[in-house]
Amino acid sequence: MSDNYKIRIEDATKIFTVLGRDNPQDKRKRRMKVRKMKVVALNKLNLTVSPQEVVLIIGPSGSGKSTLIRCINRLEDLTSGSIWIDDICVTDPSVDIRRVREEAGMVFQSFNLFFHLNALANVALAPIVVKGMPRDEAHHRARELLKRVGLADKEDSYPSQLSGGQQQRVAIARALAMNPHIMMFDEPTSALDPEMIKEVLDVMLLLAKEGMTMLVVSHEMGFARAAANRVIFMDEGEIIEEGPPDKLF
Amino acid sequence: MARDRIPISDATLIPRKGEREIFSAWKISFFGAIGILIFLVIYSPDPYKNIILFLPDGILKTFQVTVLSILLALVIGLMAGLGRISRVRFINRIATVYIEVIRGIPLLVQIFYIYYALGRIVKIPDITSAVIAMAVCYGAYLGEIIRAGIQAVPKGQMEAALALGLSRSRAMRHIILPQTLRIVLPPIGNEFIALLKDSSLVSILAVSDLLRRGREYAAHTFEYFETYTVVALVYLILTLFFSWLVGLMEARLSRDVR
Repeated sequence: MSDNYKIRIEDATKIFTVLGRDNPQDKRKRRMKVRKMKVVALNKLNLTVSPQEVVLIIGPSGSGKSTLIRCINRLEDLTSGSIWIDDICVTDPSVDIRRVREEAGMVFQSFNLFFHLNALANVALAPIVVKGMPRDEAHHRARELLKRVGLADKEDSYPSQLSGGQQQRVAIARALAMNPHIMMFDEPTSALDPEMIKEVLDVMLLLAKEGMTMLVVSHEMGFARAAANRVIFMDEGEIIEEGPPDKLF
Repeated sequence: MARDRIPISDATLIPRKGEREIFSAWKISFFGAIGILIFLVIYSPDPYKNIILFLPDGILKTFQVTVLSILLALVIGLMAGLGRISRVRFINRIATVYIEVIRGIPLLVQIFYIYYALGRIVKIPDITSAVIAMAVCYGAYLGEIIRAGIQAVPKGQMEAALALGLSRSRAMRHIILPQTLRIVLPPIGNEFIALLKDSSLVSILAVSDLLRRGREYAAHTFEYFETYTVVALVYLILTLFFSWLVGLMEARLSRDVR
């Protein structure tokens, strides 16, 4: 294992091709020409994350925060540049991307729990299907994880029966079930009511204290102060500002 | 609390869902059909009772053709539906062309075509070619239903599965398709009913289904009016019964999670 970094991002560039108008403000042209346009989501971005570091990424919407972490586990492909996790080159087409995804757990803004499975099955599914873990063992571990996120009594509940905060905590447990070395959070509290934000942040704080390497896209300043080692401010696909949380605010 | 003062639940304009209507259209049709049938048998048993005793073989055959066809059509439809969303262009085109072609040719023509085209190469029983024809035709319709059902599952489900390290095909099997099933079951039920009705078309290939049994009886006795009255009523009762089942299934699913 390489000594100095957990994640290394070099010259990462991501260009989306979207259909759009040249100038949406121009209302005089009635027949608007719709053409393919290029949107630069990441612009030659460099970033190194040390082991056990907690990095908070902030920035206006459309600044490429989500794209960045989605590129790390290849839910999106970079246009150019490279990303390394330990000494595996994630962006190398020949690398087994599923192994990388097992390494890096991901939590989404909209939870994305599997609607047809209850909380326990949600957490236990990936170990059973991907790692071939025996069902009993996977369920046992899933129960422990649910207990860790404070939902020991909710294992039989379906996602629709859980509150947003509870769903997000199940989603965290689900990601942890694969024993990842890195956890990535894509605006984990943006879809939650204020009173539920705390319960999710508490779980994240616990993870940070246990030494998990974390990449968090969020605007929760309280979490930044309590847990983040570094805050990154992004705009237009570039890192504008970075530093320890108390310095940046 | 405020809830006590505003009696919203007392509004009578909109009938509540749980309330059963005594004379719903379905009940009038279903019990009406059964009632007329019973009345006819009792009132003039001479042709009607004989007709009814003559038909059960045909009902069984109709069932057999329908069930076998829908099962085979589901297999074809699943492949067509998955093909339609495949990112491999070649597979995608094959599935799309299949669906476009099949949906553009009348079922009756397809039945003739498959019967005679297959008949030139291999000798297969009538019922087999009837089932194949129906399945090939309905596979195209089911394919579109399944495609729509897969696409109705939110995109985040696939992403979450991929992020956990599942492969695309495993995510499909464990995450997407189980949720698709819940979405497509009611429309598939409707296709089943449509197929039940269309199965009467196979009576032209010596498959002695319900309609053909009726024709045989009528040809013997020249009681065309009476026979086809009974045949129509039996079809009606069968389809109404199944639409009741589909409705039950729908209610069951919507009450469930989500």
